[in-house]
Amino acid sequence: MSVALFVLRMAARELRATPRRLFLLTGTVAVGVAALVAINSYTDNLQDSVRQQARSLLGADLSLMSRQPFSPRVEALLDTLSRSSPSARVTSFSGMAYVPRTAGTRLVQVAAVAGRFPFYGQIRTEPRGAWTELQAGRHIVVDPSLLTALGARLGDTVSLGEARFVISGTIQSAPSDVGFRFAFGPRVYIPAKYLPETALLGFGARVQYEAFLKLPARVSPQALADRYRAALMPERVRVRTVAEDQRNLNDVLSKLTGYLGLVALIALLLGGIGVASAAVVFIRQRSETIAVLRCLGTTAGQVFMIYLVEAGAMALVGSVAGALAGVGLQRLLPRLLAGFIPVDVIPAVSWGAVAIGIGTGVLVGVVFAALPILAVRRISPLSALRRPFESESPPRDPWRLVAALALVTSTVALARLQVGSWRQGAIFAGAVGVALLLLWAAAWALVQVMRRWLPERWPYVWRQGLANLHRPANQTVTLVLAIGFGAFLLGTLYLVQYNLLRQLRLTGGPARPNLVLFDIQPDQLGAVERELKAAGLPLIGPTPIVPMRISSVNGRPVAKLLADTSQTGEGRSNAWVYRREYRSTYRDSVVPSERVVQGKWWRPGDRGAGRISIEQDLARELRVGLGDEIVWDVQGIPVTSKVASVREVDWARFEPNFFVVFAPGTLEDAPRTFVTLTRVASAADRGSFQRRLAERFPNVSTLDLSMLQEALERLVDRVALAIRFMALFSLMVGALVLVGALASSRFQRVREGALLRTLGATRGQVFRVVLAEYLSLGLLASAVAVVLAAVAGWAVARFLFDSTFSLPVLPMSALAAAIVLLTVVVGLSNSREVVRRAPLEVLREE
Amino acid sequence: MPEAVLQSQSLSRTYRSGGRDLTVLKDITFSLEPGGFLAILGPSGSGKTTLLGLLAGLDRPSTGSVYLDGQELGLLSEDERARLRGEKIGFVFQAFQLIPTLTAQENVQVPLELRGDANAAPRARELLERVGLGGRGHHYPAQLSGGEQQRVALARGFSSRPRVLFADEPTGNLDAATGATIIDLMVELNRDLGTTLVLVTHDLDLAARARRTIRLADGRVVADTAA
Repeated sequence: MSVALFVLRMAARELRATPRRLFLLTGTVAVGVAALVAINSYTDNLQDSVRQQARSLLGADLSLMSRQPFSPRVEALLDTLSRSSPSARVTSFSGMAYVPRTAGTRLVQVAAVAGRFPFYGQIRTEPRGAWTELQAGRHIVVDPSLLTALGARLGDTVSLGEARFVISGTIQSAPSDVGFRFAFGPRVYIPAKYLPETALLGFGARVQYEAFLKLPARVSPQALADRYRAALMPERVRVRTVAEDQRNLNDVLSKLTGYLGLVALIALLLGGIGVASAAVVFIRQRSETIAVLRCLGTTAGQVFMIYLVEAGAMALVGSVAGALAGVGLQRLLPRLLAGFIPVDVIPAVSWGAVAIGIGTGVLVGVVFAALPILAVRRISPLSALRRPFESESPPRDPWRLVAALALVTSTVALARLQVGSWRQGAIFAGAVGVALLLLWAAAWALVQVMRRWLPERWPYVWRQGLANLHRPANQTVTLVLAIGFGAFLLGTLYLVQYNLLRQLRLTGGPARPNLVLFDIQPDQLGAVERELKAAGLPLIGPTPIVPMRISSVNGRPVAKLLADTSQTGEGRSNAWVYRREYRSTYRDSVVPSERVVQGKWWRPGDRGAGRISIEQDLARELRVGLGDEIVWDVQGIPVTSKVASVREVDWARFEPNFFVVFAPGTLEDAPRTFVTLTRVASAADRGSFQRRLAERFPNVSTLDLSMLQEALERLVDRVALAIRFMALFSLMVGALVLVGALASSRFQRVREGALLRTLGATRGQVFRVVLAEYLSLGLLASAVAVVLAAVAGWAVARFLFDSTFSLPVLPMSALAAAIVLLTVVVGLSNSREVVRRAPLEVLREE
Repeated sequence: MPEAVLQSQSLSRTYRSGGRDLTVLKDITFSLEPGGFLAILGPSGSGKTTLLGLLAGLDRPSTGSVYLDGQELGLLSEDERARLRGEKIGFVFQAFQLIPTLTAQENVQVPLELRGDANAAPRARELLERVGLGGRGHHYPAQLSGGEQQRVALARGFSSRPRVLFADEPTGNLDAATGATIIDLMVELNRDLGTTLVLVTHDLDLAARARRTIRLADGRVVADTAA
């Protein structure tokens, strides 16, 4: 007890006497904690909002969803249920909206609503009341972006398939899903009673039928869902409850914010490196005091604890300051992430996030400081009397291994706290470790090279400046790590974003098809082709599409397979592969976006019945391989097939790609629709062509790929912006570490400047020496960072996104230049004293 | 004769330096009774400081042994020796070695706090009073003169009532007059508290104040006034 008291008392005294400049380094912890608290606090807000708003997101207590009209059995069940509970129906599909007044056309996502939906939450419209008035006539309520796209206004007539509606309002806010579901077109709402008039639910249309129920308070939606789920599974009906929706949404969102949290964690870990480098300098300065304490009877462990407690206290100061800043920063995040968060996030201080942030900051400070502070155990009390002999250095300290282990374990644990998985935590820690190791090795190697091969003929100021990078007790490697890592992170992010967008643009590049015509009925095909020819447009296709479902795999009926997956609970995605509707095609050749990886493609003209080629991920999900048998339900007719080959498909290409391709000779007589691709160069021509098509073939939809591409680009930019925002914190930490390192070697530098000037150097020369040093430090850090970013960017593009890599020279050079500039500016502004102070004044200070 | 407080038996110390073995101390044997005042005298490089380090348990001998209060130091671990130092040994250094970040008062308090003394503060004040620095307890070492710093160090050295106080050239960094007052103080404390003094110096006048003198040359005892 008394020992603990002594340790605390000594730590407090040391803290009191700690040079103010060392507190700069607590700033590095503060920045990391700020980023972490901001993102975690936001995540908590998000989950609160999801919890509060989950019911309005679903709009009901329970929903049943199917890709086909509900079977009589399901309808009977719904009848029974709606006797005691209000119900509503929403039928969703896509179609072409056409405004005759402005001649504008656009693919839209239509929701045909019957009943007083939603039961919870509300759809706000402009003018108010448009939603309740929707059912009162042939009204259509549209997304505001549709008005812009079509040049339309309230009161205009819109035709949708064969039906006409009057625009009665726009949606201001409505609960919706995460992601980019509406990238395929703005949403519109119509009353369900006019649905048949549109004639858009013809053969081949992708329709989603959904029934919503508002249950009496005494009925548990989850219990109800669980009771009917097994029975509904074979009917291919999915049951959703608020609780499940909430869980799914939280899973998705916490993944997103978890990754952002990892980026924040990187800033904090870099702060840890700052703390470690400060500890090295500090312990070196305190070595005499430590020797005396040892003489006076303090054990090595006690001395270690004194300085560890001090480091912890400094980290605490930094963490509290950082947490305060983080609470402020948190208000920025909703704006950054707006657009793909489906709920209204109400910012509130999350004390849990603040506590975790402070705890994390202190932990990082302590585990990073522990390794350098262990050096106190090697300081012999004898050195209070005299310089030690070389043989007196004690053997390697086994505690160093313990400290290193604590460091690694903490990093993995903190990462796991962010992403919720040990595996990903370990991968993160490993990746950060490898990046740091590479930065460290590159910096070390370059310093060695400079020491050996610095040309004698170089001007003095350059040689002196560069020599400063490898003088005793230099902090070059730490600084390259601290500055370089931020730059590396930003560089890698930029490269990944650049290459993703490049790929999007490549596929949408000139001479590539940019308009997809789908839902063409067989009897329309000739007319559509003539239309294209008349307009002088290229025709790519037509590709036949046959909708089908799986009815059995290797003799096991799908109902049984579905029942199995629901029992084993092996994830819904697995059930989905049995339940979903497949839109398959048939052809005799392999297209450029696919590659056969197993088995053999059929020879052209070789009309063997029932052979299929299946996409490799689907094959894995269905657990089928070459020679396996799948029986399909094609509009009620069983079609038996055998897997003849497995393909790898590049889904990123805007081309009609298929999970299942049949050999010719099986599906030619099945009910089918056609897809045709074409290219219309100018946006205006695309508009007028779509309009002509909408007038002549109201059921044929056209998807403008350039619009889809724009929507995707916006999404990528948005995500990249959020990540980059978090990555900037790392760069800030790097700059702070630089300031801290300069401050801790300030006296030495000022003295050297004075000595140089005493020996006859002019102020200008001293200035140039300092400039040379920071210029080379900045160049070193940015060069290493850019090279590593290029490697990492290439690896991500090649292995994660399976695409080609291109290095944008100009932006990366700009990034490197910015890093050099930052280093030089921070370096010079902290070295004014070196140039300014009078030599005599400095030398007298000895 | 009472039992010896400090005993050195065939003490030798060899270091490796520049790739060769360098024997700094050879076969040192002597014992010292409680309350004694020993001066270890010799030119620089004669092994004085090394001997002091071994006697105070700061270092381990290559061969031979040191007994403090009948306990063999070589058998103790580094931490056990640290605890022993805290309880039974005091130090005064040539360069004072006050902890620059602590006030005079706190410097004196450290050994007392280390052993959990509840009266550390009043006891430290009393000791500072004793060395004539009553009103200066709140000053930092940098705010004190060399002589004042050494007096603080003396108060610290005696604060835990050690069995033995080791002083390494305690007047080396002081002018003659100040040095003399420091030695006066040491002798006074030695007398009043019964602490055994071991003084290392190359100053003959200083050594003359001791009751016993051991002279070292080339790591060997060449003269011992008690012999």
